[in-house]
Amino acid sequence: MSVVAKTAKDEVARSATRGGWLGPLLAASIGAALIAATFLVLDWLGTDYAYLAAYTVLQFVVLATAWNILGGYAGYVNFGSAGFFAIGVYTSVVVYQTIQLPILATIPLAAATAGLVGFATGYLTLRLRGVFFSIATLALAIVLQTLIVNWDWVGGARGVYVLRPQTVPVFGSYARYLFAVMLGLAILSVLIARLVENSWLGQGLAAIRDDEVAAECSGVPSLWLKLMATTLSGALMGAAGAPFPYFITYVDPNTAFSLSIAVNTIAMPLIGGTTTWAGPVIGALLIGSLQQYATVTISSAANLLIVGVLLVVFVIIAPNGIIGLITSIRERRQ
Amino acid sequence: MAVSWDLLINAVLSGLLLGGFYAAVAVGVTIAFGMLDIVNIAHPAFIVLGAFIAYWLNSSYGIDPLLASLLAAPFAFLGGRALYRLYYYAFERRGEESLQGLAFFFGILFIVEVSLLLHFGVDYRTVEAAYIGPSVDLPFSLSVPLRLLTPLLVGLAMVLAIQIFLSRTFIGRAILAVSQDPGALRMVGGNPVKVKEIAFGIAIATAIIAGALLIIIQPVEPSVGREFIGRVFAICVLGGMTSLAGTVLAAMILGVAESITTTFWGPSWAPAVAFSILLITLAVRPSGILGR
Repeated sequence: MSVVAKTAKDEVARSATRGGWLGPLLAASIGAALIAATFLVLDWLGTDYAYLAAYTVLQFVVLATAWNILGGYAGYVNFGSAGFFAIGVYTSVVVYQTIQLPILATIPLAAATAGLVGFATGYLTLRLRGVFFSIATLALAIVLQTLIVNWDWVGGARGVYVLRPQTVPVFGSYARYLFAVMLGLAILSVLIARLVENSWLGQGLAAIRDDEVAAECSGVPSLWLKLMATTLSGALMGAAGAPFPYFITYVDPNTAFSLSIAVNTIAMPLIGGTTTWAGPVIGALLIGSLQQYATVTISSAANLLIVGVLLVVFVIIAPNGIIGLITSIRERRQ
Repeated sequence: MAVSWDLLINAVLSGLLLGGFYAAVAVGVTIAFGMLDIVNIAHPAFIVLGAFIAYWLNSSYGIDPLLASLLAAPFAFLGGRALYRLYYYAFERRGEESLQGLAFFFGILFIVEVSLLLHFGVDYRTVEAAYIGPSVDLPFSLSVPLRLLTPLLVGLAMVLAIQIFLSRTFIGRAILAVSQDPGALRMVGGNPVKVKEIAFGIAIATAIIAGALLIIIQPVEPSVGREFIGRVFAICVLGGMTSLAGTVLAAMILGVAESITTTFWGPSWAPAVAFSILLITLAVRPSGILGR
C-alpha cells in the first residue's frame, strides 16, 4: 500500500516539476484558500491589532527569505539586515516628505536603493574571504545609522511622524491594507527564492557554498553570482522596510535599525533550515508568532534573549534547522 | 578655512590617548581573528561585560576598577577556554565555522548584551577611582586628564606584555606557530587545539581588562559594545591581522582620525570613521599597513 501511495506522490511531484499545469494550479488554489482563510480568521478576531501582529510576522517572512538567498544558498553571512531594512524605511520617509507616492509605488524605489547599496558593499568586499563581507555589513548598519542620525531633514535622532490615510478603498481599514501589502511581498519573495533555488543561479550559489575554489575552477563566475544574490537579497530587505513608516507612524533611527530585526533575520532561517526556501518561512512563522505572543505576555528584551538562546542552541545541536531535523527523523523511520 | 592649531594639537593628543585604549580593545581580536582565525564578533560584548564587572566590584565592594579587572581576568581566561572548547567541538571540527560559527558568536553577542540589559537596565554606569578627575599639566598650555592617561598606559603595558609572552615563552611561540601553520605544528608533535584554546582564553581576558579601561574613560550602558564592532575589526585589518605592533599603530591612527572628526565635525560622526577606514583598507590594501 505504501508503494502505491509513494508512486502516487511521485506522480504529483513529477507533474509539478515537469512544468505540468496541474501542480502550479493546485498550489495556487491552495494558496488562495489559505489567504482567504487568514483574512476570515483575522476579521473574526475583530481588532486592527490582529492585522498588525500578522503584518509583523509576515515582515519577518520577507526578511528571513531575503537573508537566506545570500546566507543560506551561498553561505555568506549578512549581519547588516537592519541597515538594508532601514534603507527601505527611510526611502519611504523621503518619498513621503517629497512627492508622496502611494506605498505600492514606493516599494520598488526602496528595493532599488537597498539593492544598490548591497551591490556596492558586495563589490568592495566580496572578492575577499567571506568573513570580511560579514564584518563590513555589520559595520555598514552602524554607519547608515550615523548618517540618518545626522540627517535632520528625515527627522535625525528625534524621529519623524508619518500620517496615514484613515481608510482605503476595497480593504476598509488601513491595517487590513498594510497586511495585504505585506502578504503580497511575502508571497513574491518566497516565489523569487524558489525561482533562484531551482535555477542556474541557485546551483552556482550552492557550488560556492560547498567549495568556492572548486566552483571557481569549474568555471562558476562566483563574484557575479554572489553580487547578484547580494543585490537581490538587499533589495527584498529594502522592500520589506518600505511600508514600515505607515505601520509604525513614528520613525526614529532606533526603531528603524532595531536589534530585533538584526537578530531575528539571522535566527529565523538558521532555526528553520537554510538550504531550501521553506526553512526561513517555517522559522519566521514559528519564531515570529512566538514573539508576538511573548512581547505581550513577557517583555520585548526577554524575548530577544529567547531568540538569541534558540539561535545558539540550534546552530550547535541542529545545524540544518527544523527542516534538517524532520528529514533525519524521516530517514531513520525508513 | 582658518584651522585652529590649538584645537588640532589637542585633537591629535586626545586621539593618541584614545588610541592606546583602542589597542587594548583590539588586541584580543588580533589574537582571536588574526592569529587563530576565529571570527569572534562577540568580542565587544565581552568588553562591555568587563566594564560591568568592574562597575559591580567597584560599587558594591569599593574595589579599584583596574584591580577588579585583574581579579576577573583569570576567570575570563577559563571562560574563554571553555567557549573555545564548545566552538571547536560544535563547528571547527566539523568544518562548519563559516556560517554556523559566525551565527554562534552573533547569538553569544546578543545573549551577553540582553542579559546585561535585563540585569543592570539601560542606565549609564560609572566607576569611582582616584585617577578619574584630575589632570596632568604639560608645557604649551596642554593638559592631559588622568582618566585618559591611565587607560593609555595600562593598554600599552598589556599589549607589550602579550608581545613579550608571544616571542619569549614556549606557549607563546606555539601560538605564533599555530597562526602560521596549524598542520605543521601537528607534525612536530604539538596540539593545535590546545594551543588555540589557551590563546583564545588570553583574548577573552584582554577583553575583560579593556572593559575596565572603557568604564574609566566613559559611562557605560549595555549596548555601547556595538560601537566597537567596527572599530576593533578596522584596527585588526588595518594593522595587518597578525601584527601586534600593527595593531597599536592602527589603533593610534583610528584614535587620531576619530578625535579630529569629533573636534571639527561633531561627535555624532565619529562611528562612521572606523567603517570608512575598514572599507578603504579592504578595497585598497587588504593586507593592512604592516601585513606580510
